[in-house]
Amino acid sequence: MSGFVVRQPGLLSLLHDRGRYGAHDLGLTTGGPLDFIAFDWANRLLGNDPNATCLEVSFGGLTLEADTATSVVVTGAEAPCKLNGAEFPQWQTVDLAPGDRLEIGFAIRGTRTYLAVSGGFDIAPSFGSSSTVVREKIGGLCGDKLQAQDHLPCSGGVQSTHYRLDAGDRPRYGDFARLRVVPGYQQDAFDAVQQWRFFSSEYRLTERCDRMGFRLEGESVHSQMVGMLSEGICLGAIQIPADGQPIVLMNDRQTIGGYPKIGSVIAQDTARLSQLSPGAAVRFDAISIEQAHNIHCLERARFERTRMQPC
Amino acid sequence: MRIEIAGQNALIVYFADRTDSAVSAQIQAAVASIRDSMRDCIVDLVPSYASLLVIFDLDRSDYFAVRRRLHAALTGLDSVDGAAGELITLPVYYGAESGPDLELIAERGGISAADVIEIHQQQEYRVYAIGFAPGFAYLGEVDERIAAPRLATPRQKVPRGAVAIADRQTAVYPSISPGGWNLIGLCPTRMFDPARTPSMPVKVGDRVRFEAISRDDYISLGGEL
Repeated sequence: MSGFVVRQPGLLSLLHDRGRYGAHDLGLTTGGPLDFIAFDWANRLLGNDPNATCLEVSFGGLTLEADTATSVVVTGAEAPCKLNGAEFPQWQTVDLAPGDRLEIGFAIRGTRTYLAVSGGFDIAPSFGSSSTVVREKIGGLCGDKLQAQDHLPCSGGVQSTHYRLDAGDRPRYGDFARLRVVPGYQQDAFDAVQQWRFFSSEYRLTERCDRMGFRLEGESVHSQMVGMLSEGICLGAIQIPADGQPIVLMNDRQTIGGYPKIGSVIAQDTARLSQLSPGAAVRFDAISIEQAHNIHCLERARFERTRMQPC
Repeated sequence: MRIEIAGQNALIVYFADRTDSAVSAQIQAAVASIRDSMRDCIVDLVPSYASLLVIFDLDRSDYFAVRRRLHAALTGLDSVDGAAGELITLPVYYGAESGPDLELIAERGGISAADVIEIHQQQEYRVYAIGFAPGFAYLGEVDERIAAPRLATPRQKVPRGAVAIADRQTAVYPSISPGGWNLIGLCPTRMFDPARTPSMPVKVGDRVRFEAISRDDYISLGGEL
C-alpha cells in the first residue's frame, strides 16, 4: 500500500485516532491524542472522518518520505515544518508528490504537533482503536512508537480544495495555563485550608510529565485519607499522593489507582496542559459540573462554527 | 450507596467503605444492569473493590440524566444475590525455580514452602478488579498465613505468567513488567492475548482456583522458563 517511509522517527511519534473506548474492563487505557483540539482541526482541515488516524509528534524531529501523491495538514505546537527543505505553513493543506520529504522540526511553542493525511493513516484497529499505547504494546504499528524505516500506509489522494485556519482562530500555546477542575472523588477528605491552598497556588510542571500523567510541584496539599481501596480513574483526575504534590492523570493513565483525588481537570484543559513544557506554570480553578458541561458544548459549537478559509 | 462526581463526564458509585464478596457481587450486578439499560450513553465502566466508575458520552447525556438513570438502574440491586461468576482453574508450577519469593513467604508465616503452596490452592478467589496493566486481575483474598507486603525494591522485570502475592491479594502477571509483588510460581495460561477472543480468561466477578502442576506439565502447556 502507498504511504510514507519514516526517515527520522523523532523523539516520540505515535499513531492515534480519537482513542480506545469501551476496553477499560480489560485494563486497557484510553490513549488518543493528548491535545484533541489540534488533532480535530488537523482532520477537519482535510475533510477527514473525525476519528481518522493521525500522527502525534511530541517535541519534534520527524522526517517522512512520501511514496504517493497526497495532501497533509500539520497543526498543534508551532514547529518549523519543511517540504524538501522549504518551510511550509501549519494549519493549512499542503500537497505532496511521491519522493517528497516532509520534516517537522523541534517545537518552538507548545510540545505536540499533529500530522493528518488525506483519508487518515490506514492502521488496523485493535480493541476498536488505532491509538498507540506503548506501555500496553497496543495499537499503531506493533504497539510501538515510530521507528526509522517504518512504513505508514495511507490511501493517498490530493485534496481539490485547500483550506487554512485563520491565525486568530488557532489555539495559542504559551507557558501558563488555567486548568478548570470539577471537584469530586475524595475532595471531602481535603479540608477547607488544603482546598484553599490547592486552588490558590501556582504549580509548575516537573520533568516527569508523560502520556500517563503530569507531575507538578508547588504548595503541598494533604488529605485526611488513610489507606483507600483502588478505584477507577478518569481523564484529568488529580491524584495527590503522600508527598502532597499533585499529578494530573492523562490519556495513558492506569485505569485504576489507590491515591486520593481532589477532582478532575476537564478534557479541554488536559489538552492545553499537554502543550506545556517542564517549568511552565498552571493554576487550578474549581468549576461546577454545569460549567464543565457548558464549556464542552460551547467549545464544540465554536469548533463547528469556525469557518476554514479556502486557499 | 453513594454517587459522587468523578470528572467532567464521569461519576463514581461507592457501594461500601470496605470490600468483600457480597459487595463485589453487588457491583457485578450493577455493571450488568447499567450495561443493559444505559447502553446508549455509557462509554466505559470500571468496576473495582467497592466502587464503580461510570464514564458517559457528553454528546449524548449529562451528569444529571446519568445520575438519575444510575439511581434507577441500581434500585433493587441491594437484594440481588450476585451471580457467582464463572469458575476458572489456573494451573501453576510452584517452586523455588518458578517462585523466588516462596521461601520468604514461608518464613514470614512460620510455615513450610509446601504449606504456602497448599494454602494458596485451598480456596476460591474472586476477581475484584482488572487494571494496572491489560489483563492484570486482582484476586482476593489470600489466607492471612501467606499474605505478604510488597517488596521494598520492586523487580525491574517480572516474567509473564508469574503468580504473585501482595498483602491479601494474588494475581498472575499478564506480561513482562516491573513489579513489586512476591512471586511464588508460574502459570502457563495467557492472562491477556490480544489476538484471542475473549482476550482474557477471567472477568470481574469470576472465581479463580489455582491447581499445582509439575514442571513438565508447565512446559507442555506452553510455559516458558
